[in-house]
Amino acid sequence: MAISVLAIVVTRNLFSVIVLSGAYSFLMATVLVALDAVDVAMTEAAVGAGISTVLLLGALHLCKSLEAKPAHKPWLPLAVSVATGALLVYGALGLPDFGDPDAPIHKNVVPRYMKNEVEVPNVVTAVLASFRGYDTLGETTVVFTAGAGVIALLRRRKQGSEKASGDA
Amino acid sequence: MLAHFSNIITVFLMVAGLFIIIARGNLIKKLIGLSLFQTSVYLLYITPGKLIGGTAPIISPQYTVYSNPLPHVLILTAIVVGVATLALGLALAVRIREAYGSIEEDEILERDRGVEAEEAKEARS
Amino acid sequence: MRNDLVLRVIGRLMIPSILLFALYVQFHGDFGPGGGFQAGVIVAAGIVFYALIYGVTATRRLVPDSVVETMVAAGVLIYAGVGLAGLLLGGHYLDYSVLGHDPVHGQHRGIFWVEVGVATTVCGVMLKIFYMFTSRGNSED
Repeated sequence: MAISVLAIVVTRNLFSVIVLSGAYSFLMATVLVALDAVDVAMTEAAVGAGISTVLLLGALHLCKSLEAKPAHKPWLPLAVSVATGALLVYGALGLPDFGDPDAPIHKNVVPRYMKNEVEVPNVVTAVLASFRGYDTLGETTVVFTAGAGVIALLRRRKQGSEKASGDA
Repeated sequence: MLAHFSNIITVFLMVAGLFIIIARGNLIKKLIGLSLFQTSVYLLYITPGKLIGGTAPIISPQYTVYSNPLPHVLILTAIVVGVATLALGLALAVRIREAYGSIEEDEILERDRGVEAEEAKEARS
Repeated sequence: MRNDLVLRVIGRLMIPSILLFALYVQFHGDFGPGGGFQAGVIVAAGIVFYALIYGVTATRRLVPDSVVETMVAAGVLIYAGVGLAGLLLGGHYLDYSVLGHDPVHGQHRGIFWVEVGVATTVCGVMLKIFYMFTSRGNSED
């Protein structure tokens, strides 16, 4: 996965970058299965590797497929990124160990979810639709809004208004 | 150190995404960097929920130890919102390309500066 | 690509199974991995696959824009409607327990309809976005 990420960073041909990011998504889905997040892995495989790739290719079809050579040397961004990374690693050392059952994340609301009050065996579905129904409603609205935004941005204007905006 | 290996991978992915966003001028490349950053956030959320010896959170009499379902729910919605925002960003990039003829940040800024200079000249004359 | 025999045959085989799998994921989401989000995305992916093989025009004839746009709005309305139904039947907003004759049954029913709403919106939005990008491309060529 790290290799494909490095390849994404250095490659300038956007087509290969998109194919690489699809491969990266599949690898990420595999990692998620290993981490027991089967629902998330399924979504990631369908969304990241399927829909995003198609969308990126569709957008690429409308744009130039070769990235311009960077005008200036990327030392400053590199320094900023490395500094941020070092800070984050330092912070990560204070987190609970991997797979520690006593971590705070497992102690608060989760035991109640696991009692399975709604008798739906897949707890992810139960939490998604029932316990956190408001979140999911808001989130569906976000998806709806994004779709409306894309429609507003990309809808083909009628001939008259096209001319009017061209004159302006 | 080994206990934090997953976090270090997460940080590496995050930094790679951040680097692409800052250093590259191409808008589509920037969006790919953004989605890299997003996937690193997925890992950041999912890894603490994993229990060693645990299984996927689907209740069944055979198992007693389950991984934490809460991060899965949060990230599930995040992925779908992520692709929706990615599409919105791509739509913006396409419109920018139609208006400016380019999706390179430098060229767009240059054109903006040119337009501003012309406007200033017109205002003076 | 429309005349490539291999693609056509594989497409014929794959697309129904993709759609069937999406339905399985949707309605079996209570018991195994799956749910509205995944099902919506998988249906959209299946239709995008169809578009890649048979062309966007054929797909637009099969799944017209008006249907897709209706799906986008209908999903959110179904979700909000489930909440309102709970309210009308005397519970709180998005409280599913009152939807059935006993709380557990009501929860099942509520989760089912909510997932249907989510799947409809997600699938509609993905397809709409895909159509928007492809139609832009045709207009410029």
